[in-house]
Amino acid sequence: MPEAAVELRGVSKEFVARDRRVLALQDIDLSIAHNEFAAILGPSGCGKSTLLNMVAGFDRPSAGQVRVGGAPVEAPAPSRGVVFQEAALFPWYTVWDNVTFGPRTMGVPAAQYRPQVEAYIDQVGLRGFERHYPAELSGGMKQRVGIARVLVMEPEVLLMDEPFGSLDAQTRLVMQELLLSVWERHHQTVLFITHDIEEALLIADSVSVMTARPGRIKKRLVVNLPRPRSVDVTMSPVFNELKREVLALIREESVRAASEGLA
Amino acid sequence: MLPKRGPWFLLLPLALLALWHVAVQQRWVTEGIIPGPTQVAESWYRWIFGTPTRSLSPYSGTWVANVLYSTRRVLQGFLFAAAVGIPLGIFIGWNRLVARLVDPTVQMLRPVPITAWLPFSIAVFGIYDAGALFLIGLGAFYPIVINTTHGVRDTNLLLLRAARMLGGREGTVLFKVVLPSALPSIFTGLRLGVGIAWTAVIVAEMIAVKSGLGYVLWDAYYVGRMDICVATMFSVGLLGFLSDQVILLASRLLLRWRTLEAHA
Repeated sequence: MPEAAVELRGVSKEFVARDRRVLALQDIDLSIAHNEFAAILGPSGCGKSTLLNMVAGFDRPSAGQVRVGGAPVEAPAPSRGVVFQEAALFPWYTVWDNVTFGPRTMGVPAAQYRPQVEAYIDQVGLRGFERHYPAELSGGMKQRVGIARVLVMEPEVLLMDEPFGSLDAQTRLVMQELLLSVWERHHQTVLFITHDIEEALLIADSVSVMTARPGRIKKRLVVNLPRPRSVDVTMSPVFNELKREVLALIREESVRAASEGLA
Repeated sequence: MLPKRGPWFLLLPLALLALWHVAVQQRWVTEGIIPGPTQVAESWYRWIFGTPTRSLSPYSGTWVANVLYSTRRVLQGFLFAAAVGIPLGIFIGWNRLVARLVDPTVQMLRPVPITAWLPFSIAVFGIYDAGALFLIGLGAFYPIVINTTHGVRDTNLLLLRAARMLGGREGTVLFKVVLPSALPSIFTGLRLGVGIAWTAVIVAEMIAVKSGLGYVLWDAYYVGRMDICVATMFSVGLLGFLSDQVILLASRLLLRWRTLEAHA
């Protein structure tokens, strides 16, 4: 059996806040195959970003193991590129300098990274904006830079933490289609965090639905929709059947959470 | 409503000058002690452009030399404060161990006014430049180190994470992320610091050395030349303003990305 690209085994995460222990994640088992586009869907505060942070190496699990490419995750690395919700661009660098930050940091000579960076800048539609500063860009454009700067590192795994969560509905659609087209070229392994059901079903191969705190994975659904996909797929019966299933899971979960809250 | 264009900033200073003039003219203030604006302007002119030694006034033509004395001291003390304060502030802000070792001492020494250091400074350095430089440097050091520390601690966690996941090690993170991110705060510290440096140079020159604008100020007061005293006050104000503008200009050049942000 081939090794999973990303593997979480019995992962729990506990935070101590004001002398109180909060269990953010409980006993997570998750495995993402190579070239799989995996979405994690959950309500806000369920710990889904914590899960991503542990795969990125920003955070350590309290229990359990996180492995990427068979090796335990110790610290952040360019092989696990992260796209943050707020693009987190360096405001003092131009678009070009932001996108080339990785290669420059790794000491790659300019002549070597230049053609590749130009190709990615084209793919995400940033041509002509290379000399702009982040402050001069719209939210969608900033996120394109955020995506391009990790793609140039050619990561083993792409980690996306609600990357389109703060964009308006129209821009979000454009960005989802952009991500689909970029993914069709490279088929990276992706871990994509979202609270948007339609977004998860539109772009992912699998959707893991999480419970409210403490976060656990309630169910993993396989999205068997043909690729390449476009936004039109959201009109299909298969899509709506899946959406109904996810909605039922979430409703069940919110009822449970509410009744536990009362008890 | 005032029209947007025009030198409106001159309105209040001119009104104050007029008030001063009238107050002296009408003898609202003690006669012969407070000079009028025209008298100050005349004395200031002679102080700058007069011929030294051949005139009756011992101040004639000595302005430039004294300005240079004071400016050099401010510059030296300020640069020394920045050279120590910025790196130290970065270390305190970046490293918890350094913060725990150094920060409490800085905070405990800070409430001691630089004027209170004067006797100590004279006892240790004597009536030489070193004493003045010590006071100026110490005074400018506090706002620089504190604002630098604050700027470093204020660095956005997401930017640190972004740099690390792009392969940045500590050195890269410090120089490519923390330093640029702290730069606006560092400039705030430098601006406050240069202001204190001018305060300190006057205090130091009044007591600890025998040259510069502060020395002239005190000397003129002793011999009853209030016109020179007031001209000195204007001179120091002008120099303080100019040095602030220089730092402001440097910060505008270095923080171009930030002016874009403000207009976004």
